[in-house]
Amino acid sequence: MDVIVCVKQIPDPETPAAAFKVDEAAMQVLPAQGISPVISPFDAQAVEAALRIKDASGDGSVNIISLGPDSARDAIKHSLAMGADEGYHLKDDAFDGGDAWTTALALSKAIQHLGVPDVLIFGRQAADWDQGTVGSIVAELLDLPSATVLRAVEMTGDSITVSRVVADGFENIELPTPCVLTISNEFGDPRYPQLRQIMQAARKQVTELTAADLGLDASEVGAAGARVQMHALFQPTSDVEVEIIEGDTPEEKAAGLVNALREAKIL
Amino acid sequence: MASILVFGETDDAGLTAPTLEMLGAASRLSGDLGGGVALALIGSGLADAAAVAGPAGADTVYTADADSVAAYQTDSYLPVAQGIVEQDSPAVVLMSQSSMGRDLAPRLATRLGTAAIMDSLGLEVEGDRVKATRSCYGGNARQVVTVQTDPQVVTVRPKSQDPLEADASRSADVIAVDVAEPTLRARTTGKEQAESEGIRLEDAEIVVSGGRGLGGPEAFADLESLAGVLTAAVGSSRAACDLGWYPPSQQVGLTGTVVSPTLYVAIAISGASQHMAGCGGSKNIVAINKDPDAPIFAFSRFGIVDDYKKVLPALESAFAEALD
Ligand SMILES: Cc1cc2nc3c(=O)[nH]c(=O)nc-3n(C[C@H](O)[C@H](O)[C@H](O)COP(=O)(O)OP(=O)(O)OC[C@H]3O[C@@H](n4cnc5c(N)ncnc54)[C@H](O)[C@@H]3O)c2cc1C
Repeated sequence: MDVIVCVKQIPDPETPAAAFKVDEAAMQVLPAQGISPVISPFDAQAVEAALRIKDASGDGSVNIISLGPDSARDAIKHSLAMGADEGYHLKDDAFDGGDAWTTALALSKAIQHLGVPDVLIFGRQAADWDQGTVGSIVAELLDLPSATVLRAVEMTGDSITVSRVVADGFENIELPTPCVLTISNEFGDPRYPQLRQIMQAARKQVTELTAADLGLDASEVGAAGARVQMHALFQPTSDVEVEIIEGDTPEEKAAGLVNALREAKIL
Repeated sequence: MASILVFGETDDAGLTAPTLEMLGAASRLSGDLGGGVALALIGSGLADAAAVAGPAGADTVYTADADSVAAYQTDSYLPVAQGIVEQDSPAVVLMSQSSMGRDLAPRLATRLGTAAIMDSLGLEVEGDRVKATRSCYGGNARQVVTVQTDPQVVTVRPKSQDPLEADASRSADVIAVDVAEPTLRARTTGKEQAESEGIRLEDAEIVVSGGRGLGGPEAFADLESLAGVLTAAVGSSRAACDLGWYPPSQQVGLTGTVVSPTLYVAIAISGASQHMAGCGGSKNIVAINKDPDAPIFAFSRFGIVDDYKKVLPALESAFAEALD
């Protein structure tokens, strides 16, 4: 089976809260000192899902597309080092300032440009904006069936069987190919590239594609084509002041806490 | 035509709590937008739920009542939802950030030629736009956004909005919508229900949650015992779920359940932003952590710095005594 995975490079979501800073005027997150950006964790799991499909089917390909600035190349290289075949970087100043819609539009054009594969896989959401819409928008634009927030993906002959995480359990869903899937963290850990694979991936060519290559006018993408407008970006503040319950023994601390909760009328 | 069309969801009790909350928000916002509030229900056996829609704030209820749409499936709900939006032509479409809303909102928005804002926490009207405040960067930041195209599709985080006081004197016009036999491409073939003992996480007034610092799955039995004393639900951090110590259905956080109980007791949880995204709305957080510098204390009203193993038995007896 042929699979395409769309990935994104983002500021490390495990950045400690103390190191996380926002430039409110520019409405941008400032790069944290000494913490490198990473492939969005759900996207690494999406690549893992794709590689397992390829392994199970015995042939086919796993190709990677990423839209973004120069740093997007690193997400592609990471995916190649995990074992993906080819990488495509949608890179154009015209893409700047876009939203989920313009991103999905460009990705769908790139997918058509490369040929719609059997399966298209995305992470359930990019761990920067946490919207979780790009996979579904692409599915709609390409008129493909979709299943989102998945913890397991299996091939059964020509069709795909998945397990979707829902509030009160899991749903089993069967999809024909071609289809769109989005992967959730319950899928499990992605493989970690070995040094040799990282070196091989470093030598691999990544094909760059511009808006014009995809038949898109600059007015359709980036800030010009965006449907969602951002008005502010800021860090929330917490106004609680913690009271540490002291005591010489665990019993004293426990009793102190229960008392404090009663006095505050929480119990 | 309504100014706001809410896609509701139903359960055994009628309209779900997030649906009532969205109707509350819609009533508040519709005044500024000029127009009424409509509720759309897709499912089977909707009469009882439709009957409480008026008292909860809806002026109109669209019911798409058929066995073929008894449970949510992307392919069966999408055309029905599209039909209702086209019939009503609202300015704003609200959906819950639920399993349905996450899946349906972006596809529906795209089909309607517009866009969706997901998981909003705050909603205000400015001119003819709904300004949504939402969490991003794993809870480290908030952004304020508007959809510039129409209709404006927005999903709403459960517990972020207040429902109205039910007003029995109000009633809503019910409009039955035809449901054509759906063409299913993706097909739900079965469901595994999470074994749910006790109180549902999202309904609980008190939640006791455990994290990686518990050191193993056995400790969750002790948390359950404490929860029994407090009539609480038990939650967990993703780290504990990923390690297989507790089922994913009990995960609290950005990618798990969002809870906002009166009391949230975080035991051996560090307080990562993605975890706080799921419990930061709690009215009171109590943390038990052996590390005095754990970030969780910055969000907590009360804290105990100690090994949970020592504190937990004492805490259970102290609570048992106090609540006796
Ligand atoms: C994209 C993304 C999404 C995520 N979504 C979620 C989510 O939905 N929910 C979620 O929870 N996490 C989520 N995470 C993970 C999150 O970043 C943290 O890694 C996770 O919450 C940490 O879990 P923890 O607090 O249990 O473990 P740790 O961070 O390892 O903390 C363990 C704590 O236990 C304390 N401890 C250890 N031993 C003891 C003891 N004996 N007694 C008392 N205290 C002790 C330690 O001091 C420490 O503070 C997400 C991460 C990413 C990148």
